[in-house]
Amino acid sequence: MAAQYVMSIDQGTGSTRAILFDQGGRLVSVAQREHRQHYPKPGWVEHDAMEIWRNVEHVARESLHRVGAGADQVAAIGIANQRETSVLWDRRTGMPIGRAVVWQDTRTDELVARFAERPDAALVPERTGLPLATYFSAPRIRWLLDRVPGLFERAERGDVLFGTMESWVVWNLTGGPDGGVHVTDVTNASRTLLMDLRTLRWDRELLDFFGVPAAMLPEIRSCAEVYGTASRAVPGVRIAAALGDQQAALFGQCCFSRGEAKCTYGTGGFLLLNTGESPVRSSHGLLTTVGYRIGSQPAAYALEGSIAVTGALVQWFRDNLGLISSAPEIETLARTVEDNGGCYIVPAFSGLYAPHWRSGARGVIVGLTSYITKGHLARAVLEATGWQTREVVDAMNADSGLELNTLKVDGGMTADNLLMQFVADVLAAAVVRPMIAETVSLGAAYAAGLAVGYWPDLEGLRRNWHRAAQWLPAMDPARRESEYANWRRAVERTFDWVQPNPGSSAR
Amino acid sequence: MPGPVQSIERAAAILRLLARGSGRLGVGEIATSLGLAKGTAHGILRTLQGVGFVEQDRASGKYQLGATLLHLGTSYLDVNDLRSRAINWADALAARSGEAVRIGTPLDGKVLVVHHVFRPDDSLQTLDVGSLLPLHATALGKVLLAYDADVASQLKDDDLAWFTRRTLVTAEALSRSVARVRELGWAAEVEEFATGLASIAAPIRGYGGLVVGAISIAGAVERVCPVARRADPGLVAFVQNAARAISRDLGAGRW
Repeated sequence: MAAQYVMSIDQGTGSTRAILFDQGGRLVSVAQREHRQHYPKPGWVEHDAMEIWRNVEHVARESLHRVGAGADQVAAIGIANQRETSVLWDRRTGMPIGRAVVWQDTRTDELVARFAERPDAALVPERTGLPLATYFSAPRIRWLLDRVPGLFERAERGDVLFGTMESWVVWNLTGGPDGGVHVTDVTNASRTLLMDLRTLRWDRELLDFFGVPAAMLPEIRSCAEVYGTASRAVPGVRIAAALGDQQAALFGQCCFSRGEAKCTYGTGGFLLLNTGESPVRSSHGLLTTVGYRIGSQPAAYALEGSIAVTGALVQWFRDNLGLISSAPEIETLARTVEDNGGCYIVPAFSGLYAPHWRSGARGVIVGLTSYITKGHLARAVLEATGWQTREVVDAMNADSGLELNTLKVDGGMTADNLLMQFVADVLAAAVVRPMIAETVSLGAAYAAGLAVGYWPDLEGLRRNWHRAAQWLPAMDPARRESEYANWRRAVERTFDWVQPNPGSSAR
Repeated sequence: MPGPVQSIERAAAILRLLARGSGRLGVGEIATSLGLAKGTAHGILRTLQGVGFVEQDRASGKYQLGATLLHLGTSYLDVNDLRSRAINWADALAARSGEAVRIGTPLDGKVLVVHHVFRPDDSLQTLDVGSLLPLHATALGKVLLAYDADVASQLKDDDLAWFTRRTLVTAEALSRSVARVRELGWAAEVEEFATGLASIAAPIRGYGGLVVGAISIAGAVERVCPVARRADPGLVAFVQNAARAISRDLGAGRW
């Protein structure tokens, strides 16, 4: 085989990275470039889509340059992207219409509240598996269309296009105004509120509900098939995969079977559980989403639970309290004591996500006595991530009827041994860390490699997955239960601290 | 006993001057304040800049205290920080070499294992982070002995316990072996800790080039030392490259 590598492009919230992987799934080269975050008003977060496209071009070339390889040595490109970030652009000029509206942006909260009051609003969770919230794309499209006069008509004619970041990147790679391919994949489409989760097609009634013209939408394709051939940046290379970043991590962690789950620990935590070929409705506040789809095979669905504050609590402990000078030192400080001394921290900084969905909750530190030292606080900080993981896993087990016995983990916090042991202890499940930390990029590369035959099948990919570390539960079950009961009582004390603003969404 | 060295006194005066007030001064201001010739002040400033004790602002050309000076009293590197910075390089080393990777730092006359990556064959392995290894019978330990005088001074003759018939149990043999490590820049241990096993280690350097730990691969002697019981040169290169990459991330500069 002439082609030696698969290229993965991870278009993330803070930066864009290109990584080359070899046949063994090993990382060969990395290039990265950050882009500017724009905050024009409180609650608004924007990216310049042209800046992002220029960064994609740069990092794609740079990753090859670093190992002296040419585009002809790349078998395929796979794309992973920040999810729900939305951009509109002019099909003829290729210029974005305004800046991209980022997933954290809450400008649509009033619009979402108006949608939620409509009698037919139940249609949205029923068809999409998602709550009606500012987080997702459809209200953003509507907001953008309403803002510029004449834009709706141009969108109806198909002169103005919508895309999440993978669509924007694929369209530009394949020529932009000069023959660009306008596609999205099922995972990204599943986060728009416009796709029927069962048919995996745009839903006429949802389009009508949000007032979004079908002509502006990309074609929905699977996560692993050849969408087109690049004519820019890496000319001649086939573009063969796209997945939202958390789904890419699920794929990169080889969670190919029903019941396999991964959690990515960054500033927040994202836990996804593969639930197999049919979507599982959550009655515990989890999101139902598409995990991945390979070519014409049936889609694999997933339950998703997000934890708003995990690593961010350690950062707060470092930056706002100044009790440590670097994030990893939290473990050193926590190890100065044997246990939490009866102290619990619930970091409901901006409400609680799954499974509570309490926007009026605010953080608490409970159990303070004169005995408590900064070491106990450090323990409580780490334990907060463990217990929040447990709550999401409990919700997943209840919704899916599955019993999680192994959690695959990735992200920066997996370097913390005390935390990983604690997660294993409170879940009463094995926690395993894979040898490749870059699971998002690896997932996109795997999907692209599968699509072009660089890797033969899922079993071949599994053989590349190796355990780098494993933590087994060692906590006494009685102690686990009493500590969990304490944690739950601490959580209850966060509820309704502030009254939610009228009209704001659950998030 | 010779008298005080004038240029060091002057350098100290410059540092004291920069440490107070607004903290940013031009070479002229410094020379005037201390009654020095401008050329003399400039020479001292350039030297201080070379060792990182002062920094020069590019736009204004003014001098201020350097980051190195601020960290002078806290050159100690937190072991969890070390793991966090080394984790990706350690994973890559395990993937390339096919062997288990460990990172060790000195603790009370032993090697403390601060990070451990499993051998990538998915066999049953147990994390041994937090366990202690002997200095004299491991490649990790020999690296620490070679580059840290403090560690070497803590090791006493009766610490040289016997593990296998190849363990170096005399101060003389160990000292020869450690001298060889300094020559080569890496250490090997062949069945000195456990029969059938061998390991290769290289130093991890922190700010200013000080050795803060060591990284090793360990595995079956026939894989790690396939020819004539000598460490495989390819594996040695992998270990050294990983150690250098981590050192660069820790700010070790030219090492």
